[in-house]
Amino acid sequence: MAVTTMAKALAQAMAEEMERDNRVVVWGEEVAAFGGTYGATQGLLDKFGAERVLDTPISEGVIAGAAVGAAMNGLRPIAEIMGINFAFLAMDQILNHAAKVRSMFGGQFECPLVVRTTSGGGRQLAATHSQTFEHVFAHFPGLLVVAPSTPADAKALLKTSIRCDDPVLFVEQATMYSERGEVTDDAEYTLPIGKADVKRPGKDVTLVTYSKMVGISLKAAAKLAEENIDCEVIDLRWLRPLDMQTVYDSFRKTNRAVIVEEGWPTYGLSAEIAARIYKECFDYLDAPIERVSQKEAPLPYSAPLEKYMLPKPEDVIAAVKRVV
Amino acid sequence: MLELYRQMVVIRLLEEKCEELYQKGKIGGFMHLYIGQEATGVGAISARQPHDSVITAYRDHGIAVACGMEPRVILAEMFGKITGSAKGKGGSMHLADVTRKFWGGHAIVGAHIALATGIAFADKYRKSDAVTLCFFGDGATNIGYFHEGLNLAAAWNLPVIFICENNKYGMWTPLSRVARVTELRRRADGYGIPSEVCDGMDLLAVRAATEKAISHARAGKGPYFLEVMTYRYRGHSMGDQRQYRTPDEVRKWQAEDPIGQFEDVLLKSGVPHADMDRIDDEAKRLIAEAVQFAEDSPWPDVEEIWKDIYADIEPERN
Repeated sequence: MAVTTMAKALAQAMAEEMERDNRVVVWGEEVAAFGGTYGATQGLLDKFGAERVLDTPISEGVIAGAAVGAAMNGLRPIAEIMGINFAFLAMDQILNHAAKVRSMFGGQFECPLVVRTTSGGGRQLAATHSQTFEHVFAHFPGLLVVAPSTPADAKALLKTSIRCDDPVLFVEQATMYSERGEVTDDAEYTLPIGKADVKRPGKDVTLVTYSKMVGISLKAAAKLAEENIDCEVIDLRWLRPLDMQTVYDSFRKTNRAVIVEEGWPTYGLSAEIAARIYKECFDYLDAPIERVSQKEAPLPYSAPLEKYMLPKPEDVIAAVKRVV
Repeated sequence: MLELYRQMVVIRLLEEKCEELYQKGKIGGFMHLYIGQEATGVGAISARQPHDSVITAYRDHGIAVACGMEPRVILAEMFGKITGSAKGKGGSMHLADVTRKFWGGHAIVGAHIALATGIAFADKYRKSDAVTLCFFGDGATNIGYFHEGLNLAAAWNLPVIFICENNKYGMWTPLSRVARVTELRRRADGYGIPSEVCDGMDLLAVRAATEKAISHARAGKGPYFLEVMTYRYRGHSMGDQRQYRTPDEVRKWQAEDPIGQFEDVLLKSGVPHADMDRIDDEAKRLIAEAVQFAEDSPWPDVEEIWKDIYADIEPERN
């Protein structure tokens, strides 16, 4: 165990998996010579060479599409799309191809690839560069979607994703690369696909969340604990497959839930989770389910406006107080 | 050489049968016929080695036959039967056979050009000398994937043969109405990719040009671009009224019919007419048996929808 950053944990995961399996290759914009826009591929070029770590042109369609082709033909590519906002340009490859080539061709083709990308706001990049819409990708059967909340989870989940025989969209929150945490050096440590994690046990209210909002929710839970409100914080980790069993088990204990997401609420992740809780746990419901989400406007550049729009611990605290 | 004649005849008869079966409602969805373009697929694919890959767009029946797929599996797929190449999940536009390195039949225009670069990358990475033949129509040359794919293949020196089947219309629109540069091979120049134009109605010309392109790519010199001048006798897809072109234009191309031309070549080289008649008869039987097979095959069970979505997890059912 050693304390390291999210970026280094990701680089470690890729290095270990490249060491383990020579079918793993990495490509994307600035991933080789400069070690990644956020430093997550630092050191890979030196260690594995230019045949396995490749800089691409700024061409999201073919970055993702070439990864699909290479995966079909026996490799396990990790393609980096610098930001999920640019993944709009790769969406056809990720959703129409990666997610479908196995089933649409009757099981003839494999597609074991990982698309790594960053998501989320908080960097004053204005409306087109700050979005959170990984749940849109999770809408489509055939694609797995995962978004870690800590360096330890990031390393283990990325290794799980690389070893997975299905296509995985791996979503990193853009402001978290320098967050630090304990990370194992056990190269065989991975995490199961589709299992949520209880990041904080509690008995009064269930907070369902993932990625950066796990930290926000834990901060809120710590404050609420001072007022004797005991929150259970569930980190979904995977948006598909969705581990609702862990959510239901918690809700049947607390009878109250707040869902915390960074993106907009309309047609969002919280809508899906809430609908499922209402259906499966109707008899356990003691209060309407609350949602904490981004204000439903394009995210502006101006710092105070951006701060106002994104979910904060205070928003979570207020929502919890509405349900207890 | 007779084998190449046979493949073209099988494609022609298969396509004529598909047209009939579509009109009878046996085949659904969108369907794009290859009639008129037979020499392109057969000629080019005859130049490949078995370890070379092939990928194409949705006008894929002829390419599938040239790759060695059985008409019965093709027709069963179009009927939506469990015995089809994709168990009835893909249909006319998504034929494929991984055992023959035929990577499909893809129906998002131009998207498979990106896949081709990745397929070729994987072969090159493994130090195989395999190349990838990537077919697409002139209609795909104005979409981003074409430009992104050609550029990446050139930048990474990938063994891809880009084969543009220039059949003169993107759906119903002639290229000249939507592009200023209509000599498509000139676009390859922009990416530093060598190119050649060849007569798509002449099987031996297509074969020779493809052989040259393949040896270039196989020698590690990177991608090559072929613009094959051809023509589809039928419309873009079924139901196309073809009001955008004149009967004279169609007749002009039909006068150069690829099968007729190749028949002349064979006759001149001393192949007896009877040999070709025998092949025609065998092809008719093959197609008739294929129709029967597709007709007799069972529908997929509804349980089939949950299969082959994932490798590692069970799908969540609703």
